[in-house]
Amino acid sequence: MSLLDAVVGLADDALVLGHRLSEWCGRAPFLEEDLAIANTALDLLGRARTLYGYAETLGGRNEDEYAFLRDAPEFRNLLIYELPGDDFAAACARQFLVDVFDDLYLTELAASRDETLAELGAKCAKESTWHRRHSGEWLNRLGDGTAESHERMQRALEGVWGYHLELFETGPGETRLVASGVLPDRGALERRWSAAVHEAIRSATLDVPSNGRRVAGGRAGEHTEHLGIMLAEMQQLPRACPGANW
Amino acid sequence: MADTMPLYEVFVRARRGLEHRHAGSLRAQDAEMALQYAREIYTRRREGVSLWVVRSGDIVASQEEDAPAFFDPADDKPYRQATWYKLPEGVKNL
Repeated sequence: MSLLDAVVGLADDALVLGHRLSEWCGRAPFLEEDLAIANTALDLLGRARTLYGYAETLGGRNEDEYAFLRDAPEFRNLLIYELPGDDFAAACARQFLVDVFDDLYLTELAASRDETLAELGAKCAKESTWHRRHSGEWLNRLGDGTAESHERMQRALEGVWGYHLELFETGPGETRLVASGVLPDRGALERRWSAAVHEAIRSATLDVPSNGRRVAGGRAGEHTEHLGIMLAEMQQLPRACPGANW
Repeated sequence: MADTMPLYEVFVRARRGLEHRHAGSLRAQDAEMALQYAREIYTRRREGVSLWVVRSGDIVASQEEDAPAFFDPADDKPYRQATWYKLPEGVKNL
């Protein structure tokens, strides 16, 4: 894997999750949360744009082509980011799991030997620290809330569990970038991630799922059926009106 | 859900050294969430360096019908203004 491929993979992670969050715009449980989700979505879209911009300087395509003119098999995001999360509990559960990961990963990325990635890591780690604080509150509130919210949050955790393992996989070719200090070692983050997440799940009176599932394939372009449906809506306008400005 | 959540008043300090000023209000489940939503709603364009939130119900406010007794008596007491007093001879700056 080249640096370009790695950067596009990280950009796709941020774009896909950012779009998933933007789907809540106008649909969140109340106005204040609607604004909070939209702010988080914009943080992630900003992250994606910085990374696509960097990819272009490395010989890649431009950001609109990456976002709007690729089909699902060309996307390289990890699968956990593309899950629908259309129940609020599911959105919060997935968000907390990836926020904790992103917080750890970006903090390490800030020490990258690649100057652009180091700058991005330093800036965005602070964003993810914030996102994690917010999604952690929801995990706790829904888990330790009413009987129904507890049950739905537990179901949400079961639904996403197993997809998180892909976060810790070092892809083929990524090893070289890790060895040269450009990218953080994903595998090395799993212990700290598990400690933080398990503790949060338990203190929310929930059970850590143990379904033994392991789902992966995103970096190879093998996606769930959900991504295609998401892209169909996200890409509809730029594909119908190529080159349009608005 | 929003209807049952308490109202909070938000105060934002724009810069260090300045006082917190009332920025607006929001609804939240409790103080921690009120603080988080205050950050999302009132400081997203770099408006502040510090936030206070307080339950609106905890504010003790003067009532409109009390206004004459509270505030009118101050109208005819100009001696409470600094401008009422003549500067003594020799005082250059005050």
